[in-house]
Amino acid sequence: MVLAVMDLSVGRGLVEVLRGVSFRLAPGAALVLRGPNGAGKTTLLRTLAGLTPPFAGRVEAEPDSVAYAGHADGIKAQLTVAENLDFWAAVFGRDEVGAAMDAFDLRGLADRRAGELSAGQKRRLSLARLLVAGRPVWCLDEPTVSLDAENVARFAAAVTAHLAAGGAAVMATHIELGIGSAETLDVARFAAPPPSAGDPGADPFGGDAPL
Amino acid sequence: MIALILRDLRLAFRAGGGFGLALAFFLIVVVLVPFGVGPETGRLSGIAPGILWLGALLACLLSLDRVFQLDWEDGSLELLATSALPLETLAFAKAIAHWLTTGLPLVVAAPLLGVMLNLPGPAYPWLAASLAVGTPGLSAIGTFGAALTVGIKRGGLLLSLLVLPLYVPSLIFGAMTATRAAEALDPLPPLALLAGLSLAAAAAMPFAAAGALRVNLR
Repeated sequence: MVLAVMDLSVGRGLVEVLRGVSFRLAPGAALVLRGPNGAGKTTLLRTLAGLTPPFAGRVEAEPDSVAYAGHADGIKAQLTVAENLDFWAAVFGRDEVGAAMDAFDLRGLADRRAGELSAGQKRRLSLARLLVAGRPVWCLDEPTVSLDAENVARFAAAVTAHLAAGGAAVMATHIELGIGSAETLDVARFAAPPPSAGDPGADPFGGDAPL
Repeated sequence: MIALILRDLRLAFRAGGGFGLALAFFLIVVVLVPFGVGPETGRLSGIAPGILWLGALLACLLSLDRVFQLDWEDGSLELLATSALPLETLAFAKAIAHWLTTGLPLVVAAPLLGVMLNLPGPAYPWLAASLAVGTPGLSAIGTFGAALTVGIKRGGLLLSLLVLPLYVPSLIFGAMTATRAAEALDPLPPLALLAGLSLAAAAAMPFAAAGALRVNLR
């Protein structure tokens, strides 16, 4: 078991978004999060990555086992592609970036400044960092944004290889990646009930609370 | 941690990195002072230590909002927070990188600029020593202020208001070191107090900055 989530409640600020989320990921398993905009996919992923503390419940994973990739690419425009990857390799205590460059076809771009890349190329660089990080659990937020069909296939191949090597992945995505073993979780099922008028903690200054 | 410092240094030296901004500001302040207060050498000598320290402090403040803001904007800060690097180490590395790109050039430039303000001869080594000892503390405190205001658009004003009061003790003892040396008094006591302030800031501020970052990254 690489990731176990038990009765998790997550939210942003003071607003609870999801309640009672539970799932377990075995090595080699992938989970695709679905749900309409604002359903709480990003918040759930940020909580799994340890950025946002949960309202309640537990996330069980080995320490430092989660690699997170959010909406922002986390790329320094003034550095070259190779320098960006080398930096993240050093941060994650690894020295091998060649395989990551090959997986996302970045060799030809290695000496280009990241600021000169197109949006799709930046995204590929951002995804290559996952391979550089070498962590077992991937938490990916809309990983295929601005990728073309060919590179979506590259990404799917990278995920499949990661799963085959005993990794796991949680992804929020709206497109079909064609990863056979992936299960789907509709986060809308776990939507937290809106704060009701009967809840005294909901809005202490609400004028029309029943007496 | 070394990788982070090296990356920040490299970014600072690349185009648009902001290296030299603090130095240029310092230079301009020191050059403009004689125009403002008049060129009498006696008057300039008296105020030179204070002006040099104030200029260095404001120059340091000028580059503080870049410490975490750029990493926050492009998402690197979140990714660093999820890496194995503790946020305390991250804040410490950021303070070191800030000092190397801002404080160290000021230490080197201050004695040269002291000539323009007719700084008395005996004060030169002590001015350099007080800046070398004091500016790391300024960077450490400033990193905490930057961590508090990360994520606030145009947070520079708030950052200045938060950080400047914390800079007052360093300014007093730093300027006093150079002034006492210029007046042939023993400059060591204020320098020792300044060193104490810097050490305390370097020890405590990374933890405070990490706490602030944790809240701001939620």
